[in-house]
Amino acid sequence: MREQLTITQLQQMANTLREDIISMLETAKSGHSAGPLGLADIFAALYFNILHIDPKNPDWEDRDIFLLSNGHTIPVQYAAMAEAGFFEKEELLTLRKLGSRLQGHPERQRLPGLENTSGPLGSGLSQGAGYAYALQYLDKVLHRFVYVVMGDGELDEGNVWEAAMFAGKNKLSQLIVFIDRNNIQIDGNTEDIMPLEDLRGKWESFGWHVLEIDGHNIESIIDAASMGRAITNRPTVVIAHTIPGKGVPFMEYDYKWHGIAPNSEQAKAALEKLRTLDGKITHEGMGV
Amino acid sequence: MSDFPLNEDLFSDEVTQEPIRAGFGRGLKTAGEANPLIVALCADLTDSTQMSLFKAAFPERFIEIGIAEQNLVTVASGLARAGKVPFTSSYAAFSPGRNWEQIRTTIALNNQPVKIIGSHAGVSVGPDGATHQMLEDIALMRVIPNMVVIAPGDSLEAERATQAIAENGKPSYMRLAREKTPIFSTPDSPFEIGKAYVLREGHDISLLGTGTMTYQLLKTAHLLEEQGIQAEVVHVPTVKPLDEETILQSIRKTGRVLTAEEAQAAGGFGGAVAELLGEKLPTPLLRIGMKDRFGESGEPDELLDYFGLTGEHIAEATKKFIDTTSRYHQGF
Repeated sequence: MREQLTITQLQQMANTLREDIISMLETAKSGHSAGPLGLADIFAALYFNILHIDPKNPDWEDRDIFLLSNGHTIPVQYAAMAEAGFFEKEELLTLRKLGSRLQGHPERQRLPGLENTSGPLGSGLSQGAGYAYALQYLDKVLHRFVYVVMGDGELDEGNVWEAAMFAGKNKLSQLIVFIDRNNIQIDGNTEDIMPLEDLRGKWESFGWHVLEIDGHNIESIIDAASMGRAITNRPTVVIAHTIPGKGVPFMEYDYKWHGIAPNSEQAKAALEKLRTLDGKITHEGMGV
Repeated sequence: MSDFPLNEDLFSDEVTQEPIRAGFGRGLKTAGEANPLIVALCADLTDSTQMSLFKAAFPERFIEIGIAEQNLVTVASGLARAGKVPFTSSYAAFSPGRNWEQIRTTIALNNQPVKIIGSHAGVSVGPDGATHQMLEDIALMRVIPNMVVIAPGDSLEAERATQAIAENGKPSYMRLAREKTPIFSTPDSPFEIGKAYVLREGHDISLLGTGTMTYQLLKTAHLLEEQGIQAEVVHVPTVKPLDEETILQSIRKTGRVLTAEEAQAAGGFGGAVAELLGEKLPTPLLRIGMKDRFGESGEPDELLDYFGLTGEHIAEATKKFIDTTSRYHQGF
């Protein structure tokens, strides 16, 4: 199908997604910064390695299904979709503008390639479980997979655990979930707001196969997805430890960047950091 | 005259009665036979909501969700994205009572053809009391864009309505009553989504009923006739989209209107009609329904009587309304 990128190219792609995110948010003048930046490596791996999708045929009947549950991180998905060829990159700068297909939170019917509508937290896993149930039990199509990305803050929602029980009971082995474990939510750190630990133990007790990875390590992300596909008697959850705001030093680890966009000056500084990999290389060296 | 055949034993004490949900159970099984994409999801109330017929016929297409109404509708949303036509059932107090946001976002805004069946709606739920007597569902559901809202009048109509929403390709809500309800329609009576039906012609007032209250309005009209009042009875099983043409046509003739529903009149069916009249044909209006209060425990018949929702009470209210208001004259 599509040309496979090398690990180095995927790393470069993640960096490109981060640049796209900064430009989009700066132009939109609102939106969430930390989550999308932290998810860039996972989305580079998903859209350029893991997912069986065809950007030129978004409804391809043999495709894998990707659902974003924490819809506020949508800039990273839009960036990945544009880079993958679902639509032209120029459209990224219409994010959050009147008439744009790139709504502030994703709306399925507006943009081909989106599989669901999300934003209110905690419902993406159920939708993924519904789709995975249809594949496994109703259509008995075993070679397609359903991938869901969730935030860690949204695990506060009861709906998530209803879905976790349902998927565990039904051993939905074609369901593979990535949790963006960046430890922040709007009001502060997750363990202060509403502790999630023992997170691994929680998912295990619900009947899930649990993996924990460095969410910025492309090889680990690809391996985890591969492991998820190989596990045939349980759903898989990948707790991906990430750094919120990853790649932009002044945003990293700071929960205050959860729900705000950079101003022009901050965006300029962020792009400078990203384009030089925090001063380690020159602009010319990137070549992406 | 009406092309909606009525049960001949309508006003007899021996009128056949059946819970509306039984019609849903039969309709879902029939729809399931016709369309293999139909799947059914229930939240631990399979017998009670009468999904058990479908489950027995198509066990592989039945999904038990447990007591988790948020998951009920969101799993259904995912199934719909996978090409299925999911029917979800629970008590209306829990679905759409508890999971309204999930319905709004993952079904309506996502425009997935999920069918939400809310059983045990209205005060006639009886002894379970106010917690289980869902009265706000019509109001909650009809304000959501893309959503179809249906309140069948009896079990035969519920059977037809179930088959109709199975094939309409849209998010749809249907409310059902728990208790035995008199059957006023016949197997030959029509049902089309978005259509209202004139069951009885008259020129003094239009009585608009939805759900179980249409039967009571037929009784009302029967009683009023003895007092020389000719009431027109219009059955409006589809609250959204509202059949404005049929409703306005009736009101242009009668110049007075009454609505009746076993739900909060505010924002409900009465609210929908008030909005229509306010914009298109301002007309004296009396809304019968629950007036900004909860229900309570009691036997179903006792409660209908207590809350003024019987044919007799409505006849009294109608008489008073006619005696104290003048008709709308414009266009006569």
